[in-house]
Amino acid sequence: MLKTHGVAYTYTGGSSIVFPDISCEADEHWLLLGNSGTGKTTLLHLLGGLLTPTQGEITIRDTQLTQLSQAQRDTFRGQEIGFIFQEAHFVKALTVSENLMLAQKLAGVTTDKSRIRVLLERLNLGHKLHKKTDQLSVGERQRVAIARALVNNPALILADEPTSALDDENCQEVVTLLEEQARQAEATLLIVTHDNRLKTRFEKQIELV
Amino acid sequence: MNLLALSWKNIINKPLSMVMSLILFGLGVGLISLLLLLNTQLEEKFEANLAEIDLVVGAKGSPLQLILASMYHIDAPTGNVSIEEVRPFLNPKHPLIETAIPLSLGDNHEGYRIIGTEPSFVDLYDGELAEGRMFSKVMDVVVGAGAAAEVGLTLGSSFKSSHGFVEDDNLIHDDAVPFQVVGILAPTGSVMDQLILTNTQSVWAVHDHETDDSSQEEVHDHEAEGHDHNHDHEEVLKPLVDYPDQEITSLLIKFRGRNYQALNMQRSINENTDMQAATPAIEINRLYSLIGVGAEALRWLAIIIVIVSGLSIFISLFSSLRDRRYEMALMRTMGGSQLFLFGMIVLEGVILAILGYVLGIALSHVGMELLAENLSESYRYSFTGWRFLEEEIYLLVGALGIGMIAALLPAIQASRTDIHETLSEG
Repeated sequence: MLKTHGVAYTYTGGSSIVFPDISCEADEHWLLLGNSGTGKTTLLHLLGGLLTPTQGEITIRDTQLTQLSQAQRDTFRGQEIGFIFQEAHFVKALTVSENLMLAQKLAGVTTDKSRIRVLLERLNLGHKLHKKTDQLSVGERQRVAIARALVNNPALILADEPTSALDDENCQEVVTLLEEQARQAEATLLIVTHDNRLKTRFEKQIELV
Repeated sequence: MNLLALSWKNIINKPLSMVMSLILFGLGVGLISLLLLLNTQLEEKFEANLAEIDLVVGAKGSPLQLILASMYHIDAPTGNVSIEEVRPFLNPKHPLIETAIPLSLGDNHEGYRIIGTEPSFVDLYDGELAEGRMFSKVMDVVVGAGAAAEVGLTLGSSFKSSHGFVEDDNLIHDDAVPFQVVGILAPTGSVMDQLILTNTQSVWAVHDHETDDSSQEEVHDHEAEGHDHNHDHEEVLKPLVDYPDQEITSLLIKFRGRNYQALNMQRSINENTDMQAATPAIEINRLYSLIGVGAEALRWLAIIIVIVSGLSIFISLFSSLRDRRYEMALMRTMGGSQLFLFGMIVLEGVILAILGYVLGIALSHVGMELLAENLSESYRYSFTGWRFLEEEIYLLVGALGIGMIAALLPAIQASRTDIHETLSEG
């Protein structure tokens, strides 16, 4: 499902990192651990096609990411990869449901309002449909971000420190939801974190040094 | 959630930052459009009122003033000339002159000028009677369409004229015989719509009374006398040349052909008589060039305002982008292409330009309509704000262009957002 081979990245400063090969199946949930400066976020952005590796291959659901053109990669990313970040950001001018519609539009998928409604209700956000995103609490925002990552049924969900801004209660809730939704979507879930609260919850871990 | 809706929502999400550029843009567009409207309508009025008149002969003074008073009826006349002096031009067998129409100015009714002239004056403007008949007897008047409607004159109405060119109750010729409306003209779109026409003898009659018996005690007496006069006036009018001692204000002359002799006539009048002759086309061009300087300055001012407002659209887009850097990166992670972000920002600039354009056009047309009321009160000219010009389409194209150019750099900046760096900053 997600495979990398010999991926390396050279920063503009000249320093370069060689990453260990990764192989994750669909429906598997992984933690990507490592101290800061070990290139966790860089690897996540490489896997998501936001950065291009200087060497190596990345394959997602039989598609070689490195062989796609810029525009093809944009579309592929919109349809097959869902992103969740440390702090949930949205297009501020839009409401919750409009942000999700935008995610469908940008991925080139037809707008499906009922899917958005079902998804938000599953995440207990049915009543926030027409709220602006800055009217939500931090926990709610992170749940909307999960909904947005899932709206196009992606093959891969990449989460960058999704819990480090949350308190214990929200942390557990968000991770539980993430796992639940990833399982329902049969997607590979890869969480980049240095949050110790998560280390005990996931068996499969990759450690960057 | 299409591109247009997205751009629109981005603009109305933070309306305040855009309001300033919008107002500026609207002012610039509005000023240009107002100048266009005013210029077009003024030129049309001037053209329509040229009426193929080749020469105006009147008392010495400013030639422009003579033309404005005799043809456009917006200035005071330069003075009077005696029938004796203009007698040669009134000769219907004059070899060079096709028509010579006398004008006697000096009175008004509720601000509408009363012109003592001949029925052929109406032909100058291709006018026709809408109802009634042409003036033939002393104190008969035929009223232009606009004046009739505004003052509420109908066939059979009578009124006393007022001295001068502005409405003033104290200057009414109380002791004179009243004018009788015998005809109403159909609208022509020319200055004639705003005039009240009568024969030259009527104007003389009003003023002769004034000099004959001006004492108030005799008013009673006089009215009876006036009645008698009325009967006298039913005689056939004698030609003007039979009144050598009387005066008229000016003569409108049409040549038989524009030959060398005809052109020479103007110089010969100016050099050899106590009168002056002026060519309408030349004087109006002089007027254009006088007004032109001011209009040109205003136009440049408007263009500068538009450019500054373009700059201000540029700045507000740029600064809003700084706040939305993360949004740009986010949209890229959601599959948005560089082209999509580029288009979104360009569209924001274009939407602002369209809004500014609409605001400007609304301002200029409402402004023109307000100005029209003012102008028609002071000049008896009818203007309107509810006319739209072809040039305003070009103005829209220009506005769109400025909106696009202003958005170009911010759009390029947005499309080049470094996703990795922006997201890593958080």
